[in-house]
Amino acid sequence: MARQQQSEKCASHKPARMGRASGILLFLMLALSASVVFAQAPNGGAAPRSASDPQAADTKGDEGGSIMLRWTLSPDDSAGQVTGYEIFRAAKPDGPFQSVGFASRGSARFADGSTDDDSAYYYKIVTTGPGGSTETAVIGPARSTAEWFNSNRANVLVIGLLISGAVLYYIASARKGKKLFIRRIAGLEAVHDAIGRATEMGRPILYIPGIQDMDDVQTVAGVTILGYVARTIAEYDTKLEVPTSRSIVMSTARETIKAAFLSAGRPEKYSDDMVNYITDEQFGYVAAVDGIMVREKPATCFYMGAFFAEALIMAETGNSIGAIQIAGTAMPAQLPFFVAACDYTLIGEELFAASAYLSNEPRQLGSLKGQDVGKSIAMLAIAAGTALFTLNQILRVEWFASAGQWLKNLFIVN
Amino acid sequence: MRREIPTAIAFFVGIICIIQFFIPHRPFGTLVDVFSDWFGIVAAFAIWLGALNLLKVSLERSFSKKKTHDRWYGLVVAASFFLIFIIGMFMSGGDQFQVPGSRFDYLYVNIYTPLSSTMFALLAFFVASASYRAFRARSWEATLLLIAAFFVMLGRAPIGDQLTGFMPEGYRLSEVANWIMTYPQVAGQRAIMIGIALGVASASLRLILGLERSYLGGE
Repeated sequence: MARQQQSEKCASHKPARMGRASGILLFLMLALSASVVFAQAPNGGAAPRSASDPQAADTKGDEGGSIMLRWTLSPDDSAGQVTGYEIFRAAKPDGPFQSVGFASRGSARFADGSTDDDSAYYYKIVTTGPGGSTETAVIGPARSTAEWFNSNRANVLVIGLLISGAVLYYIASARKGKKLFIRRIAGLEAVHDAIGRATEMGRPILYIPGIQDMDDVQTVAGVTILGYVARTIAEYDTKLEVPTSRSIVMSTARETIKAAFLSAGRPEKYSDDMVNYITDEQFGYVAAVDGIMVREKPATCFYMGAFFAEALIMAETGNSIGAIQIAGTAMPAQLPFFVAACDYTLIGEELFAASAYLSNEPRQLGSLKGQDVGKSIAMLAIAAGTALFTLNQILRVEWFASAGQWLKNLFIVN
Repeated sequence: MRREIPTAIAFFVGIICIIQFFIPHRPFGTLVDVFSDWFGIVAAFAIWLGALNLLKVSLERSFSKKKTHDRWYGLVVAASFFLIFIIGMFMSGGDQFQVPGSRFDYLYVNIYTPLSSTMFALLAFFVASASYRAFRARSWEATLLLIAAFFVMLGRAPIGDQLTGFMPEGYRLSEVANWIMTYPQVAGQRAIMIGIALGVASASLRLILGLERSYLGGE
């Protein structure tokens, strides 16, 4: 009986306890949601302070149709109270204003690329946030115009003219018969040996001109080298296979090989079947090339052009079948793979120098010599810049840092 | 004329592209876009050349009298070509063939993508075998490479800092690895990049001036 009374007492207390627990839970939830709200809007949910110092001016060095807006970020930008900056535009200072774009939080500029040249535009920048929005004063008028010279690139023009002038000077010198010294490139010296090896072994030669199209200068360099390789192959009467990943490269490579066989006096040995299109798809292409390697076991593999992740897959497969491999690319990320897996690698500029080197034609060799002037300029600038910044660190003279920065800006392409 | 006209086109287009880089004013800016569109159109037509060549070669192999594995590979390529062509053109809702759920999309997602991923995955094994060969200390340079790789690989893994946690700040393996990647590695990369930039400029000049014409089938 007593136990029954106790249990009834407990039962009568249960709703009261549950109510207290619910109250505590509710309080905790409210406290949590309040902390979240306060975290989002520490100033109590008020609108963010406006961006300041807005400016609107024609975008420099463009073909017109664009006005560049700049402003100083709202003081609340970094506190998370700003969602972004909405840009409004009107043809008159008193409106009507229409939104033309949105710059996200932390961004202090916006290019309005939808303007008509020489028309006047007025702008205001609205700083938006969870607590509302505030706007700057109306600025303008601003007009867009097309420039006749991109002054931001004046430095490139000067350096470009200097290097081009040097290239043209050395080409002219070479034409006059001046002897030019070109350093030995081991990878290119090995081309004849590699073709000879394939001939002796009675196995084909595989030539991969990269996986990019003819609008990539690396592919052009690869196809150019193919011409010289094909001429030697024609003389040695060896089988050549050129699987391509682009249709235009296939057509160009056929023309190049045909001309090479013709100049070697073996036009009858040429066949369109030497060059085949596989697929544009990167890994489909590498699967097909690997298949050719494993089935036909070429004695020599050339990789000349632009490569990506497939570079190592092909080069390692070539290595596994014991082929002598010569690679050349200007893709810095793939160079270590080629160096590790191939017998010879043309590093960057050597790929572009290869055709001139192999042709031994004075005019082309002259262009290589002109390149050296560019290298000398780069080396001098690097040495001078390093010296200036080092002197600034040691002597704490601001002029050295300014001079170093000027030198640095001279080589930045805008 | 087979070589002169393409050389003249290369000269004209090359010069316009250079001018546009410095003179953004119309018509130069828009001309470069037009050239780019033309290249796209030529490439689109050329894809048929490539596709027909692939089909021709595959069918020739399939019906070749030589009893090699190439026959079967050729047959698989030709069959796959027709399968994807027919399903993409006629059985996937016309121009909606790329929409998720279409038959073409089903084949792409369930056949092409896994095959492509498989090829990409091979890279991991090839990186291991190439690294093994590259890091053999056969010469002074290879030994330097081995030492640098040792520090970088250990420094980039959690075990690197666990092993050298007792060292003063700045000398731990992760910091040594970062130093190698930030200074010697970047210096080497930049030297290569400068060489490439100059090489591209020189090669472009040769192409524009017509000194280099072997890509046109010339000397």
